[in-house]
Amino acid sequence: MSSTTATAGQRARDALRERFSDVVSQLAAAGALIVVFIVLSFASPVFLTADNLFNIGSQTAVTAVIAVGMTMVIITAGIDLSVGSVSALAGVLGVMLITGAGLPVPLAILGGILVGAGTGLVNGLLVSVVGLNPFIATLGMLTVARGLVYIFTNAKAVFGAPDSFRLLGQGVIGPIPIPIIIILLVAVAGYIVLSRTRLGRYAYAMGSNLEAARLSGIPIRRYLTSVYVISGALAGFGGMIAMSRVNSGQPNFGIGLELDVIAAAVIGGASLFGGQGTVLGTLIGAFLIALIRNGAVLLDINTFYQQVIIGVVIWLAVAWDQYRRRRLAAASE
Amino acid sequence: MSSPETRATTEEPVVRFKKVSKEFPGVLAVDSVDLEIMPGEVHVMAGENGAGKSTLMKLLSQVERPSHGEIEIAGEPAEFHGPGYAQSRGVAMVYQEFALATHLSVAENLYLGREPGRAGFVNRRAERENARGLLERVGLRVEPERLVSSLTVAEQQRVEIAKALAIDAKVLVLDEPTATLAEREIEGLFEVIRDLTSHNIAVLYISHRLDEIFHIADRVTVMRDGQVVDTLPVSELDEDKLVRLMVGRAVENLYPKPEIEVGDVLMRVSGISRGQKLKDCSFEVREGEILGFAGLVGAGRTELARAVFGADRIDSGTVELEGKKLKIKKPSDAIESGVGYLTEDRKGDGLALQLGVDQNITLANLPASFGFLNLGSEQQIARRRKDELNIRTPSVRRKVQVLSGGNQQKVIVARWLETRAKVLFFDEPARGIDVGAKAEMFGLIGELAKEGHGMVLISSYLPELLNMCDRILVMREGEVAGVIEREEFSEERIIALATGAKEATA
Repeated sequence: MSSTTATAGQRARDALRERFSDVVSQLAAAGALIVVFIVLSFASPVFLTADNLFNIGSQTAVTAVIAVGMTMVIITAGIDLSVGSVSALAGVLGVMLITGAGLPVPLAILGGILVGAGTGLVNGLLVSVVGLNPFIATLGMLTVARGLVYIFTNAKAVFGAPDSFRLLGQGVIGPIPIPIIIILLVAVAGYIVLSRTRLGRYAYAMGSNLEAARLSGIPIRRYLTSVYVISGALAGFGGMIAMSRVNSGQPNFGIGLELDVIAAAVIGGASLFGGQGTVLGTLIGAFLIALIRNGAVLLDINTFYQQVIIGVVIWLAVAWDQYRRRRLAAASE
Repeated sequence: MSSPETRATTEEPVVRFKKVSKEFPGVLAVDSVDLEIMPGEVHVMAGENGAGKSTLMKLLSQVERPSHGEIEIAGEPAEFHGPGYAQSRGVAMVYQEFALATHLSVAENLYLGREPGRAGFVNRRAERENARGLLERVGLRVEPERLVSSLTVAEQQRVEIAKALAIDAKVLVLDEPTATLAEREIEGLFEVIRDLTSHNIAVLYISHRLDEIFHIADRVTVMRDGQVVDTLPVSELDEDKLVRLMVGRAVENLYPKPEIEVGDVLMRVSGISRGQKLKDCSFEVREGEILGFAGLVGAGRTELARAVFGADRIDSGTVELEGKKLKIKKPSDAIESGVGYLTEDRKGDGLALQLGVDQNITLANLPASFGFLNLGSEQQIARRRKDELNIRTPSVRRKVQVLSGGNQQKVIVARWLETRAKVLFFDEPARGIDVGAKAEMFGLIGELAKEGHGMVLISSYLPELLNMCDRILVMREGEVAGVIEREEFSEERIIALATGAKEATA
């Protein structure tokens, strides 16, 4: 619209706001993160200690790593509901590769990741070739993977992993826990994929307008499938980290984990309608949830309230985001 | 048609805008508008995109709340309570995107929210019978039980108008109602409109098409930059004057066709068939030529372009480019061979709206090596195309969503130029863009032909084809009905071929 009344300054501000619109929604989540951080620092003497902070980081690793893959899926206007079950299946099979097949730990970890990638491949093919709705395809995988892990373990935990397996989830390099380093590495890799590679660009394009992407010659099937494979692989990796933290294979792990992971992405500005989302935002979302959990424990708040608070945070984050986008759309009509 | 000027003295206006304004952040979309709509008149709202016509209509139908001013309906001030309230006061609106529940029947749609019956039970028989009466009034001969999804666009539009009758509307707002209709269907729509006005219903009609404004309007209000420029009886207007009022300056030539020596055959399409949609279609495009595709809506023009481009599977047929036979199974094959296709629906299947101008320009040909993007050269490409095509945006990083229709269209043109396409199919490139932007778009098409591209222009608006094309291919029911050379162009010939009717005069 020709804005006869808008001053040059206003226009410049609008342009700036729009260009950083993704960042702005992250800033809101980041602002909330900082506020919660400061409040907890004053409210609890334990909160601002290296031990506690490292602890939060280590606990968040599983969610954060899986959420990076989830962000990519959500950007394509998809969803991966199977990540919780897949993390259990991949984690347990990974542990069994050590205890049963006698594989060295690094190879077993790789095996777990591959199991996850395999489930992701099935999800991706169901979505892109069979044409199932992502919600349905991955809902099916959610129960299939959970069923498989119970079949393989008879619903019993798998013990007998060597102490060296603990390193992944409990080890340190210098003072820094390995899970925190893993978060950083996965996040940087995810950031590069989304902002610097063909795959990332096509993910945004497919999520924004699938038909436009197809008519621009993008091989939709290949790229859509790849995104689900990445999500599955990271779910497998997350599962291995989780099993390492308890040094055993837990078939019940990760029930409902997908909801935390989706919440992290959504709080961080990813839109379930596709085309929007960033790794940085998702990390902020994951840590916001973790801080609220940790704070509730430290302040001795009934754990049931945590759930309520996190739910309210999801509402606020998404409502704010949608309000902002509507303003932008109305002004640019 | 009755003459509203003479009645204006005796009758109350059905709608009166009094100093109405609407502000969006940073934009005054409607600026202190005074306007009166009389019962039984066809009042056309004209103006470029963004002039404020649609926003003004949304204020009337209470989709948006005015920032200042007052709207009176039938002499009574209308408080703001939302669209449902506006309907209860007799304001009905038909948008370009229909507000129909396509999985429900025609009758169920007509009475949605006002179902006859009691205690929560719907009296289906009464619903059906009442619906029959309404459908008759809008000249729609379909059973009320039919699902809306099974109707054509023109039929769905009639259902929308019947909905207006169902709420006993005093004023009906039609937002570019002919944009998706074929010529024949437009005449039918005009008959319905005349019937409505003869029953004293006022019709507020938003349109971009000059020819139909003179065809249907009693009075015309021209808006520019949120303000009413003037309201005039159509008898005091001609095309030049109307365009001047809309644009604020004179537009010299809407269809600047350059003189071009047409070269050798660039593309040869033979025997393309696809189910019932396309039957044995063949044509050629030459270097520097602009070939038009004419035909009624549904005649297969878009389908033929999509088939050549690999967007749809075909049963048989071949495509040759520069004498080489192409294997086109999917769009990427066509793109690699040098074929581009600017789609009819730029928002629906052309643009990735949330992505930037730069990212949309490079979408079909990303500068990348080993999967990693070359962001620097992407910026260069985008800036070069922005300057070359005069894409008006402060920065190529802006989301394409916030650009005007004409500039969005140029972004897609830039995308295809970036793929080095030799043959370009432009499907309704001027639909829904400003008069000024249209002239620019046709100028661009001429330029591209001059550079040696083979251009295929698909349009439902004959003046575009007659002015721009070297040859026009006319389609009818999935077949090529004939090809007309420029020397033999006439609307009558095209319509005769398109409808299968015998030419009235040779």
